[in-house]
Amino acid sequence: MTTIETGPGTPSAPGGAHASAAAAAEAPLYPMSRTAGCPFDPPRPLARLQEQAPLVRVRLFDDTTPWLVTRYDDQRKLLGDPRVSAVPTAPGYPRQAEFGPQRYQTLSFISMDDPEHGRQRRMVTAPFAIKRIEAMRPGVQKLVDGLVDDLLAGPNPVDLVEAFALPVPSLVICQLLGVPYADHDFFQANSRVVIRREVAAEERETARGRIAEYLDGLVGEKLARPQDDLLSQLAERVKAGELTRREAVQMAVLLLIAGHETTANMIALGTLALLRHPEQLAALRAMSEPQEVAGAVEEMLRYLTIVHTGRRRAVLEDIEIGGQVVRAGEGLVLANDIGNRDPEAFADPDRLDLTRNARHHVAFGFGVHQCLGQPLARMELQVVYSTLYRRVPGLRLAVDVEQIPFKNDGFVYGVYELPVTW
Amino acid sequence: MLKVTVDQDRCCGSGQCVLAVAEVFDQRDEDGIVVLLEQRPAPALHDRVREAATICPAAAITLEEAAA
Repeated sequence: MTTIETGPGTPSAPGGAHASAAAAAEAPLYPMSRTAGCPFDPPRPLARLQEQAPLVRVRLFDDTTPWLVTRYDDQRKLLGDPRVSAVPTAPGYPRQAEFGPQRYQTLSFISMDDPEHGRQRRMVTAPFAIKRIEAMRPGVQKLVDGLVDDLLAGPNPVDLVEAFALPVPSLVICQLLGVPYADHDFFQANSRVVIRREVAAEERETARGRIAEYLDGLVGEKLARPQDDLLSQLAERVKAGELTRREAVQMAVLLLIAGHETTANMIALGTLALLRHPEQLAALRAMSEPQEVAGAVEEMLRYLTIVHTGRRRAVLEDIEIGGQVVRAGEGLVLANDIGNRDPEAFADPDRLDLTRNARHHVAFGFGVHQCLGQPLARMELQVVYSTLYRRVPGLRLAVDVEQIPFKNDGFVYGVYELPVTW
Repeated sequence: MLKVTVDQDRCCGSGQCVLAVAEVFDQRDEDGIVVLLEQRPAPALHDRVREAATICPAAAITLEEAAA
């Protein structure tokens, strides 16, 4: 038990504002910075918190002190517990950043609880069903082959992010949604602003607003002239009165942003990780069975866990967990990056081992909010990882690793640029 | 003997079970919600069925280890 100096004559109030001020001053600030020279590992002080205790108070940018849930099992239990809420306006919900007043209306179903969450999510699950995604695989393979052709015929060295990592998922999600890829410069520039942490609330709202306005126009077009795409299906729901046009647009914003940024980061950061682990890259190149490559993708997802600022929830009813009671109205930060390095769940967790069984990782989260697009992300990564390194056997960094700009300031981790040569 | 039940109301359509063991689980065409193909899967599939139940994010798969 640590006390703080309050000065003579200042009564130390039990509990209440005074106690929480003390807790706020002592609790480690979260998120933390990655340790220099270890760009693929969670920050060391964060990993140490996992060794210390299953639940630790951390301090956020706004001086609130939610519980950090450090361990894999507890993270799964809590993310799967209906007594926690994903609604950002719920009391105690740990905020990711300063958001403008519009923010809470524009996160679509990921910021809702069941039953409304389930109702809206089910409207867009069909295109992500395994069989539908498998049917897309030959098209994605062709697209990736074409992009590798372009890469090899283009300038050398080149930034792999712009030339390859972003175009793959962006082209795919545009096709699935029915968004003209010709507009990708516009929405990529804006979504880059939306997912950065250190951006003023107004700037973020403006960028999100621009994407929403653009997609609203597209939904209008699909209402008039429906096509065989997801936006047209959402437009149908609007016509049928199952969704408001605003809700449909919010959903489209979510899918468009989530659909390309995350996978692009897994491609570029994954490539860097593999180049830094040449024996693993060699193993991946030698894999001949699709099941082996699929397993390698799961390990890459676990090892890199690019959603690195914790999933956030508010406690609705007291819950006993990890020998502690988390109270209604308290916040939970579920750090899946250290959950995926929990030695109780993965042997030798800091080792990248593409042959291990990592399928039970929580890189996509857990519970009913677990990533909707995961089958698509998996398939894209399987195609990319089994194609790029074989067709460009001499692939290597064109700069020192120290010169690579990492997305330390993003909700999603990755690299801003990856200059490569071959 | 392993008996499998699924709860379609809880299912969130992540597709994890289909990836784990497509012989036992499928998804509805209209909304990706789980469909059970085999209530009593062959013993050779049991390990993968158990894995499917473990990784289901919505705890929508229940297993009952019944005596043969």
